[in-house]
Amino acid sequence: MRNRTGRATRQMTQGETMARAATKSPSRASSATSATKRSTRSTKTAKATADVPSNEALVGYYKQMLVIRRFEEKAGQLYGMGLIGGFCHLYIGQEAVVVGMQAAIGEGDTVVTSYRDHGHMLACGMEARGVMAELTGRIGGYSKGKGGSMHMFSREKNFFGGHGIVGAQVPIGTGLGFRHKYQKTDRVSLTYLGDGAVNQGQVYESFNMAALWKLPVIFIIENNKYGMGTSVQRAAAGPSLAERGHAYGIPGEEVDGMSVLAVKAAGEKAVKHCRAGKGPFILEMKTYRYRGHSMSDPAKYRTKEELNKMRQEHDPIDNLRRVLMEQGVAEDALKKVDREIKDLITDAADFAQQSPEPDPSELWTDILVDA
Amino acid sequence: MTERSLVEAINLALSRAMTEDESVLVLGEDVGVDGGVFRATAGLIDRFGAERVRDTPISEAVIAGVSVGLAAAGFRPVAEIQFMGFSLTVLDQLVNHASRLRNRTQGRLTCPMVLRAPYGGGIHALEHHSESFEALFTHIPGLRVVIPSSPRRAYGLLLAAIRDPDPVVFFEPKRLYRLAREEVADDGEALPLDQCVTLRNGSDLTVVTWGAMCHDTLMAAKTLEDEGIEAEVIDVATLRPLDFATILTSVEKTGRCLIVHEAVMTGGFGGEIAARLAEHALMSLLAPVKRVTAWDTVVPYPRHESHFIPSPARIAAAAREIMEFA
Ligand SMILES: Cc1ncc(C[n+]2csc(CCOP(=O)(O)OP(=O)(O)O)c2C)c(N)n1
Ligand SMILES: [Mg+2]
Repeated sequence: MRNRTGRATRQMTQGETMARAATKSPSRASSATSATKRSTRSTKTAKATADVPSNEALVGYYKQMLVIRRFEEKAGQLYGMGLIGGFCHLYIGQEAVVVGMQAAIGEGDTVVTSYRDHGHMLACGMEARGVMAELTGRIGGYSKGKGGSMHMFSREKNFFGGHGIVGAQVPIGTGLGFRHKYQKTDRVSLTYLGDGAVNQGQVYESFNMAALWKLPVIFIIENNKYGMGTSVQRAAAGPSLAERGHAYGIPGEEVDGMSVLAVKAAGEKAVKHCRAGKGPFILEMKTYRYRGHSMSDPAKYRTKEELNKMRQEHDPIDNLRRVLMEQGVAEDALKKVDREIKDLITDAADFAQQSPEPDPSELWTDILVDA
Repeated sequence: MTERSLVEAINLALSRAMTEDESVLVLGEDVGVDGGVFRATAGLIDRFGAERVRDTPISEAVIAGVSVGLAAAGFRPVAEIQFMGFSLTVLDQLVNHASRLRNRTQGRLTCPMVLRAPYGGGIHALEHHSESFEALFTHIPGLRVVIPSSPRRAYGLLLAAIRDPDPVVFFEPKRLYRLAREEVADDGEALPLDQCVTLRNGSDLTVVTWGAMCHDTLMAAKTLEDEGIEAEVIDVATLRPLDFATILTSVEKTGRCLIVHEAVMTGGFGGEIAARLAEHALMSLLAPVKRVTAWDTVVPYPRHESHFIPSPARIAAAAREIMEFA
């Protein structure tokens, strides 16, 4: 019998549960993120499945999330100073998603996403310098200063972009899954998309093909509640985005995307499913973007209260920091991490301003090779 | 009378059309509550309600297809695609359905829809957000392709497009959205479709252009005038069907023609105009027809945009070359 798809599972690890109890956190991290009507129907709390990671691993996640946060804050500043051209979509608030997923995969697994991609690249191990220099359009950037914020790639890190057309990365990620299966590896394709992108037709053509051919694709829906100025409720029918693969028999789960450990646990389960040859998996990450859609968004479609509540009660970095303190990691050690990151980002920003601009002749390069 | 920007003129025309005709509906991503990425539909939802001004999910292909269905059933949908770069998935509905409905049904079904999209560069927005592939649409029999170049023409041409019984793609030069203001009367007067507009008279050479390039071409014409060269500037306005007669008459007078467009050269609509001139004006031409266009490459990072899009200087230089030839 086929598994019931679209089971919504809240995953919390012991560490977090302990920490919350200790700090008398006002509510479970996921309660606000999944407070929408759509999720209540099928939500049930699952027992923690993953082992509690070591303190060392936890500090690693903390570090990665903070790198993304500080990177994005700096990018916001550089944009404000007029140093970044084109669009710039910040990932602040959603850090736990990519860091948790990256913790669940291994060497050779591939990643593809849309234009809100800085966090994904940093989590994949791409260098802050190269990403920042691409934002400022310099030769030292990952696309030699020709791509900008939305279009960067790294073969070495198995990051296949960075794509500006909403939803178009989903078939591309499906193609990456095809390759993994065709070459008989047990690698998986992490294919990220937004809550707005889920309404594009090509997403469902991808779901069908991936399920039909049992491709190892994890479709990660980053539900940050808004697609530009339109809330999920106003754009998406159906009770849960995690259930969007139901018709194709693709299992889906809702995940507390503000908790790196919940993301990691859900990611491990999905990865196991894919590596076992069972086909695609959908993870709906309940998350939140703190900043506007892009840098020019007055964000009138939501209230300050909503935003503040998320930041104060569900911030993925603050929450993990609390867990770390609870686990006995010394505050000094964390402060040291903070300082290191500050230096890393300052260095990236300096590099991004010092690296030369590409020559106008670069306009004509990399169009087609001569036949 | 009130001075308005091009984007305000679009808004005014939409309001007017919705007031006059209940069958006019507006749909698109963030066109309602948010009033559109460029605010072209601002306030419409308050005036006409969320039934008639629809925020759609991000589903361009279906925005187009739903419009075809509505239009076939007698409505006049005006769909917005946020940027021309996002309109490629609508091509199937436009080419295989909207443009063929009249022909396929011998007029029993028609498709009075308008698909609006901002196009072109100049706002430092990189690829997808700076594209000019109007030529993809001008290749299609049964589609009208209209591009305004001033607030007044935006108002009059959009009204005409909405009232037109056939499908119209209406590309708005986003660089001009707020660049200049002029008096626009909300008089409900449409401007004629399928007609070029002569923006400036001159006897030495004809410069044919459209969209934001009208602006740069007029600037170049000013420079040329100081040098004693009188350029006649023609805004094509409706690319398809093309009012070639106006262009031909002008070229027969001047004997020289320069075509300016923001799109890349190869396969651009300028090639069509040049070909027709070769067919019909050979004996009047004193010099080869020239084109000033974007280079055959990808929209670059903003800092290099000025190397990519034709500038008044490049337009003037090409005009001088033509004059030097003969
Ligand atoms: C095909 C297409 N349509 C529209 C856009 C404009 N656009 C860019 S982002 C966006 C919203 C996407 O929302 P979501 O998928 O939720 O991702 P998020 O921005 O929240 O990360 C829209 C409509 C686009 N880039 N591509
Ligand atoms: Mg979103």
